[in-house]
Amino acid sequence: MNMELSRRGFLKATGAGVAATSLGAMGFGAAEAAVAAHVRPMKLANTTETRNTCPYCSVACGIIIYSKGDVRKGEQADVVHIEGDADHPTNLGTLCPKGAALKDFVQAPTRLKHPMIRKPGSDKFEQVSWDVALDRIARLMKDDRDANFLAANADGLAVNRWTTTGMLAASATTNETAWTTFKVAKALGIVGFDNQARV
Amino acid sequence: MTNAWTDIKNTDLVVVMGGNAAEAHPCGFKWVTEAKAHRGAKLIVVDPRYTRTASVSDFYAPIRQGTDIAFLNGVINYCIQNNKVQWEYTKAYTNASFIVQDGFAYSDGLFSGYDEDKRDYDRSSWDYVMDEDGFARTDPTLQHPRCVWNLLKEHVSAYTPEMVERICGTPRDKFLKVAEMISECSSPTKTMTSMYALGWTQHSHGAQNIRAMAMLQLILGNIGVRGGGMNALRGHSNIQGLTDLGLMSHLLTGYLNMPTEKEPDFETYMSSRQFRPLRPGQTSYWQNYRKFMVSFMKAMYGDAATAENGWAYHYLSKLDVPAYDVLRVFEMMNAGHVNGYICQGFNPLLAFPNRGKVVAGLSKLKFLITMDPLDTETARFWENHGEFNDVDTASIQTEVIQLPTRCFAEDQGSLTNSGRWLQWFWPAATAPGEARADTWIMAQIFLRMRELYRKEGGAFPDPLLNLSWEYHDPGDPEPEELAKEINGRALRDLTDPNDPSKVLVPAGKQVLNFSQLRDDGSTMCGCWIYSGNFNENGNNMARRDNHDPDNTGAYLGWTFAWPLNRRTLYNRASADLNGKPWDPSRKLMEWDGTKWTGYDVPDIAPNAKPQDVMPFIMNQEGVSRLFTRGLLRDGPFPAHMEPFESPVQNVFNRKMRGNPVGRIFESDISQFGNSDEFPYAATSYRLTEHFHYWTKHNRVNASLQPEFFVELSEELAAEKGIKAGGWVRVWSKRGSVKAKAVVTKRIRPLICDGKTVHVIGIPLHWGFTGTAKKGFGPNSLTPFVGEANIETPGYKAFLVNIEPSTAPGGAVA
Repeated sequence: MNMELSRRGFLKATGAGVAATSLGAMGFGAAEAAVAAHVRPMKLANTTETRNTCPYCSVACGIIIYSKGDVRKGEQADVVHIEGDADHPTNLGTLCPKGAALKDFVQAPTRLKHPMIRKPGSDKFEQVSWDVALDRIARLMKDDRDANFLAANADGLAVNRWTTTGMLAASATTNETAWTTFKVAKALGIVGFDNQARV
Repeated sequence: MTNAWTDIKNTDLVVVMGGNAAEAHPCGFKWVTEAKAHRGAKLIVVDPRYTRTASVSDFYAPIRQGTDIAFLNGVINYCIQNNKVQWEYTKAYTNASFIVQDGFAYSDGLFSGYDEDKRDYDRSSWDYVMDEDGFARTDPTLQHPRCVWNLLKEHVSAYTPEMVERICGTPRDKFLKVAEMISECSSPTKTMTSMYALGWTQHSHGAQNIRAMAMLQLILGNIGVRGGGMNALRGHSNIQGLTDLGLMSHLLTGYLNMPTEKEPDFETYMSSRQFRPLRPGQTSYWQNYRKFMVSFMKAMYGDAATAENGWAYHYLSKLDVPAYDVLRVFEMMNAGHVNGYICQGFNPLLAFPNRGKVVAGLSKLKFLITMDPLDTETARFWENHGEFNDVDTASIQTEVIQLPTRCFAEDQGSLTNSGRWLQWFWPAATAPGEARADTWIMAQIFLRMRELYRKEGGAFPDPLLNLSWEYHDPGDPEPEELAKEINGRALRDLTDPNDPSKVLVPAGKQVLNFSQLRDDGSTMCGCWIYSGNFNENGNNMARRDNHDPDNTGAYLGWTFAWPLNRRTLYNRASADLNGKPWDPSRKLMEWDGTKWTGYDVPDIAPNAKPQDVMPFIMNQEGVSRLFTRGLLRDGPFPAHMEPFESPVQNVFNRKMRGNPVGRIFESDISQFGNSDEFPYAATSYRLTEHFHYWTKHNRVNASLQPEFFVELSEELAAEKGIKAGGWVRVWSKRGSVKAKAVVTKRIRPLICDGKTVHVIGIPLHWGFTGTAKKGFGPNSLTPFVGEANIETPGYKAFLVNIEPSTAPGGAVA
C-alpha cells in the first residue's frame, strides 16, 4: 500500500487520543498540546478502517468504512461511519448524496437476515435453514433440468440447452462472484442467462 | 469508457448527450468541472430536459427523445460542409478511403437488402471491394465515388439544420451553435469528449446512437487522445465487469462468443474467427482468438478439455437464436415455457418493461429464487399491495425462495468501473443474521447439484461433473483464488519458442498477462482481457500508488485497468503518422525512433513502426470504421429511425415504424400505442438522490426524495388543468400509474414536423418495499421492444396520456 502520511493518516495520528507528549514530538507547541489533551477523542479513534468502493454507480468512488470491531480478525464488526477516501484519484474524498448515506443502506431495516420460502398460493414467507433452502433449490433445478434439457436438436446435433430455467446475474457483485456464477450457470447449460448490462 | 474519469480534466469540450452525469455520476462529473475551471473547457448539454448537468453548461439545446441520430448526422454534415475535419487522422486512421461494393445503397430510410417479412436485412452488399489477395481496395485520394468518405458525405447530406429542427425539435440556431462549437475540435490541438449513458442505449436503435457520435469523434480526430474518447458512463458499479466476464446469453468471457447451432465443432467455430487482416501489415489482434478460447476452456474444464475432444467444445450450449436475452425469456415465460428463474441481485419487477407482462410471467413459474441483500419487489411479486401491486396472491402458484446475501460492506473482491479499472476492496462488517456471500451460495448450489448428479445420474451431467473447482474450500471459494483463476496460469512449463531450453513460465505459476497464453492447452485463463490482474507480482487490483507523473490523469500505479493496465484505448492514435503527438502539450504516446514511449501502456506492439501499423489493432482493417460493413443489423451508417411509439412519423419514410429491424414479438404488437390515443412523448431517468430501487430502503435518501412524481411543462399542465403538487394519472397502452405532478420550466414543448410535442419525464426509484412512500416505476408503462443488435429494452421514448387524478389506493393526498 502506498499511503505515506496521507490526510487521513495525519488525522489518525493527531486525533486518536494520543498523549500530549507525542503531539509535542510532532512539532506542536505546548499550548496546542494542552488544548488537545482536553479535547474528546475522535469518535472514530477506536474503529477499524477498511478501504472499500461505493456500490452504486460506475464511477466507483473510494470509500473508507469505520467499524467497531475487526471482521477480518473474526470479530463482530458494525459500521459506525462511511466517508469518501481522500487518497482515491477519482473522487478525492468526495461522495454524492447517495454515497454519503451508504451507512443507512448497509443497515437498512429491510436487509434480509434469513432464507425464506413462500409456498405456492401462500400469502407469507416462512423462515427456513440454509440447508433446507439449498437442498430444495438443488432438487427443483435438477428435476427441471433433467425433464427439459435439450441435448440435441431435430437434426441430431448436440446443442446442450436448458431453456426452462433462466438466471439474471447481479451488476453490483464482484468480478470474483461473477466468475463463480458464470461457471455454474454456463456448465449447467442455462442459456437464458443475462445481467443488468442487457438493460 | 475509452478513457478514464480522471482524464476528462484534459478536454476542451464536453458533450453530454444521452446522459446526465451531474446527477447520475456526480463524483465523476467533478472532472468536467475541473476541465472548465482549469482549462477553460466548455460544456454542451443536449437533452429533452434542462437537467442539472444543463444548469452548469455553457450551452444547452433541447431535443426530442429518440432523435439523436438525426442531430449527430446533422453535426457530421455540418463538419463536412464547412471543412471542419481532422483530415490527416481521418485519411490515415479511418476507413474513409475504403471502396464499397456497388450493391450497397440507401433510400427512403432503408438500406439495400431489406426484407419486410423477415424484418431483417440481407447484409451481403454492405462490404468492401476486395482485391485478388483478399485485401480491401482503397483510394487514399478519396476521389473514388464509392469510397466510404463519399458515401458518408452523401448519406448525411439530408441532415441539414432545417431537417434537424424538423425531426428533433431543436431550434435551428441552437443546433448551429452546437455544431459550430463541436466542429472547432477538428483542430489537432483541440479535443472533445462524449459522455453518454442509458439515454443512448435504451432505444431500439441504441447502437446507432453511439455509432453516430463515435464517427463524429473519429472525423474530429478525438479517439485515443487525452481528453477525448467515447465515454460510456455505465449504470452500476460492476456492470462493466459482468459484461467483460460474459454473463450474458450470447457471450463467453472477454468478448469471446457463445457458439451457435451452425458451429457444431470447435474447428467450424474457429473457421469464422480467423480475423485475417484486411490491409497489408496490420495487427488484427483477434487473430489470437484461439489462444484465448483454448485457455478459457482449460479454465472451465481442466483436464477434461483436450486437443482430441476439441477442448470440450461439446460441453458448451449451442444457440439457435442470437440470444436468450431477458425480453425473450419473459416472452417464453408468458407462453408457459419457463419453469424456474434465479434473480441474483436483480429486481426485474421494476427493471423490465411492461410490468404487467413481467408479473404475468413470474406468476407462471414453478419456482423463483432470489439472492439479494434487500427485500425486493421481485421476491414479493405475489404479495398484494393494493394499486401498487394488485395481484391475486392465492392464485399464484410460484414457489419463491428468498436468499439473504452480503452487501459491499461485508464482501471483498474487485469491481470494474466504467474506466475499466479493476479495484479491489476489503470487508468491514459482519453480515446481518445468516446472510452469506454470493460466492458461497453459488458454490453450495453447484456442489449439491453435482452430488445429486453423481448419485442419481441425469441429463448430460458431464459439464457439471468436470467443471474445474480447485478451491481450498470447495464450498466457499476465496476471492483471491477466483481472481487468480481469472488471470490464468501455466499448466506445463512454458518455454521460449526460440530457445526451448529456456522456461518462461514454470508449470503452476501465474502468467504475466494474456500475451503468454497459448492454444495448445498449456495455459488456462478465465478471462483473457483481465489477465494481468493477479500474476506473480501479486494482486495488482489492490495497488494504491496514486502518483500521477506530469498530472496526465493516467494513474498507472492505481489498481489495474484492462487490458494490460492500459488507461486510454487506441492511445497510439494520439500521435500522427510519424509518431509525434498531435498536440505536444497533451502528449500521451510518442515514437522515439525504435519504440513507443509515453504516459500510458501503448495500445500497439511497442516496436510497431508508426507509418506501417495503424492504431485500431482490434479491427481487421487496422483503422477505425466510419462504415461498419455488416457488423450491425440496422445499417453500416446510422440513419434516423423513430421510436416504435412516436408522436410523429418518420419524415424519410412515413410507413416505417420504429427501427425496421428492431426486435419485437408478435404478441406485443397489439400493445403499441399511437399518438392519437397517447399524444405525449414520455421518457425515464434517475434522480441524484437515489440509486435505482436500492436507496428507497434507506432512510436518508427516502427522506431526500420520498415520493414518486412525474415532470411536465407549464404549458401542458395548463392545457390539462393539472396543478403543481396535485395527483395525476399517466397511462400507456400497457399500464397506468399515479403520481404527484411536478410542473416545471425544465421541460418545454417542442415543435417537430410542424406539430407541438409535449414531453413527460418519469423518474424510476419507487416501488412497494423499503422506507420511501409506495409508488410506481416507468416500467409499468414502457414497451416490450428490444434494440436491434443487443436487445436492450427501450425506456427512453414511448407514448402516454395524462389527466388530473386522485391519490392511489392507500396513499394520502
